[in-house]
Amino acid sequence: MSTDFYREGEPVADTKAPAGPISERWEQRRFSGRLVNPANRRKLRVIVVGTGLAGASAAATLGELGYRVANYCFQDSSRRAHSIAAQGGINAAKNYRNDGDSVHRLFYDTVKGGDFRSRESNVHRLAEVSTEIIDQCVAQGVPFAREYGGLLDNRSFGGAQVSRTFYARGQTGQQLLLGAYQALQRQVAAGTVDLHTRHEMLELVIVEGKARGIVVRDLVTGEISTELADAVVLATGGYGNVYFLSTNAMGCNVTAGWRAHRKGAYFANPCYTQIHPTCIPQSGEHQSKLTLMSESLRNDGRVWVPKQKGDDRHPADIPEDERDYYLERRYPAFGNLVPRDIASRAAKVVCDEGHGVGPGGLGVYLDFAAAIDRLGKKAVEAKYGNLFDMYERITGENPYERPMRIYPAVHYTMGGLWVDYDLSSNIPGLFVAGEANFSDHGANRLGASALMQGLSDGYFVLPNTISDYLADGPFDALDESHEDVVAARQAVDDRINFFLNNDGDRTVDSFHRELGKIMWEYCGMERTDEGLRKAIGLIRGLKDEFYRRVKVTGKNEQLNQELEKAGRVADFLELGELMCIDALHRTESCGGHFRAESQTEDGEAKRDDEHFSYVAAWEFGEDAPVLHKEALEFEYVKPTQRSYK
Amino acid sequence: MKLSLRIWRQSDAQAEGKMVSYEIDEVSEDASFLEMLDVLNERLIGEGEDPVAFDHDCREGICGACSLVIDGQPHGPQAATTTCQLHMRKFKDGDSIDIEPWRAGAFPVIKDLVVDRSAFDRIIQAGGYISAPTGTAPDAHAVPIPKQDADAAFSAAACIGCGACVAACPNGSGMLFMGAKVTHLGLMPQGQPERATRVLGMVAAHDEAGFGGCTNTGECAAACPKEIGLDVIGKLNRDFRKAAIRAA
Repeated sequence: MSTDFYREGEPVADTKAPAGPISERWEQRRFSGRLVNPANRRKLRVIVVGTGLAGASAAATLGELGYRVANYCFQDSSRRAHSIAAQGGINAAKNYRNDGDSVHRLFYDTVKGGDFRSRESNVHRLAEVSTEIIDQCVAQGVPFAREYGGLLDNRSFGGAQVSRTFYARGQTGQQLLLGAYQALQRQVAAGTVDLHTRHEMLELVIVEGKARGIVVRDLVTGEISTELADAVVLATGGYGNVYFLSTNAMGCNVTAGWRAHRKGAYFANPCYTQIHPTCIPQSGEHQSKLTLMSESLRNDGRVWVPKQKGDDRHPADIPEDERDYYLERRYPAFGNLVPRDIASRAAKVVCDEGHGVGPGGLGVYLDFAAAIDRLGKKAVEAKYGNLFDMYERITGENPYERPMRIYPAVHYTMGGLWVDYDLSSNIPGLFVAGEANFSDHGANRLGASALMQGLSDGYFVLPNTISDYLADGPFDALDESHEDVVAARQAVDDRINFFLNNDGDRTVDSFHRELGKIMWEYCGMERTDEGLRKAIGLIRGLKDEFYRRVKVTGKNEQLNQELEKAGRVADFLELGELMCIDALHRTESCGGHFRAESQTEDGEAKRDDEHFSYVAAWEFGEDAPVLHKEALEFEYVKPTQRSYK
Repeated sequence: MKLSLRIWRQSDAQAEGKMVSYEIDEVSEDASFLEMLDVLNERLIGEGEDPVAFDHDCREGICGACSLVIDGQPHGPQAATTTCQLHMRKFKDGDSIDIEPWRAGAFPVIKDLVVDRSAFDRIIQAGGYISAPTGTAPDAHAVPIPKQDADAAFSAAACIGCGACVAACPNGSGMLFMGAKVTHLGLMPQGQPERATRVLGMVAAHDEAGFGGCTNTGECAAACPKEIGLDVIGKLNRDFRKAAIRAA
């Protein structure tokens, strides 16, 4: 592997996870971490950026504990963070179904599902905390689905053989987020949290090596201001929008994380992206985003394509023996419920072979005819009605009568800022929670685990671990005239002025679309050495062109959505290059990262544990990024070739 | 298809706004309404004009950010559909379409089609929650909840806080929004201890924010993209009367 693209630095290690039996580590850490006495908490200020599941739950909980919290989001209300769009459910090892589930099984499934590229200690803690999350959410009044006896209902989800997923129809993320939102608003009313909506973080302030604040822009007035504090928590979500088309909301961006990365925070495993198998296919060039159809649909829907290539008959006219139920054929044990990375790649394989359906042959059928026969239309409607309606609104087709067409789309990013067991980045005082960090899902996330991780980090992990850092505070008083604060603010002003004064002729979106196409083509479901090298060259060229030709209308002192997008796309361009470098350097396949050069005889991802059993933590470098490896050790789950056959 | 658009343009909260006409061609019927506006904005930027500002985010009908009055109807002509989920196949070649922001005293315009809905957050702050600090919860199965109550609570909780109800109401009332939350929490056993203080606090915040009262017109429920029913306002009124009498 050429090292033109990067340099290798010293290894990095998680120094916070205690040794000893894995089931006692979290208890150990809570005991060994220092505490802050309630009277002193009032003297400590914590900034939380983001109000999704991780951010809102962290801000609310820190407020309840008595810290002074400043919470920021770019949306017009904290309730609109993108966690709201999660559909399917949230996992918890409650074993309410008596079907053999346990904390250890959820831990095992998650480590295996992540293709042995996550930390055992973190994942075990996640599995332990999962049960408390459900209790917490029920206490807040989250209206989970219930059975006639009044107890909570569960369903099974991709990659698991037990029913451990709690859900609220197809709107679980919404209901969990509203629970956290309400807890947050309660703290706003109590005066412990200052909430700033329509504000975007544009820079991190570091003073004497510690994260001490952020620079934000008021998106309505354009005013640039600084917020100083004793610690900063980034809960700013994932970076799937680097692909332009993804299931993420339009505003999702990497800017907060990328600004921190440029100031020294390591970015871990950026190439681990999750391509979700069940999304509505693209319909045309105007497309601005892709819509997910919940994975829960795979519980009752059967995935198939015509056996005959280019068969354009109405699906109902294609007889059973001319259909290829390829997931059931290739993976008899898990069938349609194989994990997301496997289902997505299998769809790509059949479409690449010419069996795809719909425009451009980029689609496979997800068929409910058998479920409707078995359960009746009414039962199917009760379970999936809102999803069916959504499908019909978008495509104009009725899924009760004609199978849905689905195709994989970028959905979630497992990579993110590097954190240790305490969720602390390598910059003291900078903590990262939820999708924005890299910690728990390895190279592939299992369904219904994102909500679990966001709330685990926000409600239970961070509020317990951050005290160990804050125990040294309050830190030296800072004021806005400190040279590092002034410099951070100046950098923001300069960037804004550059965009507004650039004599360009191309829109921000046109660059974003072009970047997205490069990323999807070369750093999407299948990656190759040749393709990634090509992508790096293309992205560098595009970045140059962006700075020469980008056109941003309007001024700073107003609501200026083009200016907002310009800053975000500038950061996506740099991130996209790092993703490709990470994907290029990792010559193995694992989870969502599939290198065509590294596959088994039957086309499954082939890991190379000897050389790649590590987290790739990248340090920003002006010339080339520096790779720090964190070795992964498996004491409890022995890495094997993942099999769902 | 070809369309004539008339769009509300207003440069900031203080400026006087007006309807401005735009012609747009080659709109795909598979495009969403917001994607049609994206295409218009790309053109405006190319021409050096300020693009039309509008709120939007998830574009899958759940975040509640999008908020356009289309031909006089909040979220447009399709029932139970947010603007972002409305697709151009619902329109015909040659149509003229009027696009305005939410119109309500409690939702001042910020720019073009973007309004300030922070009053909704203030209503929630005044009691739209169950006090359950992290870590205090009993086991989730400690209190069974009858399925019909849980289902009804969910239906009320499906509110996305978009504000279409307020925009549709001749009085600019936020009572459907408020009623949905009072109903959701009031149906749960966990919600009982704060039931009276919740409704009193929320109603006070609602009135203070400048929302009007309900006169049973029913436009709110008709406009609601999540089909929240008018019955939640009945429940809100009943809870309010009970709580107010007891507090008196």
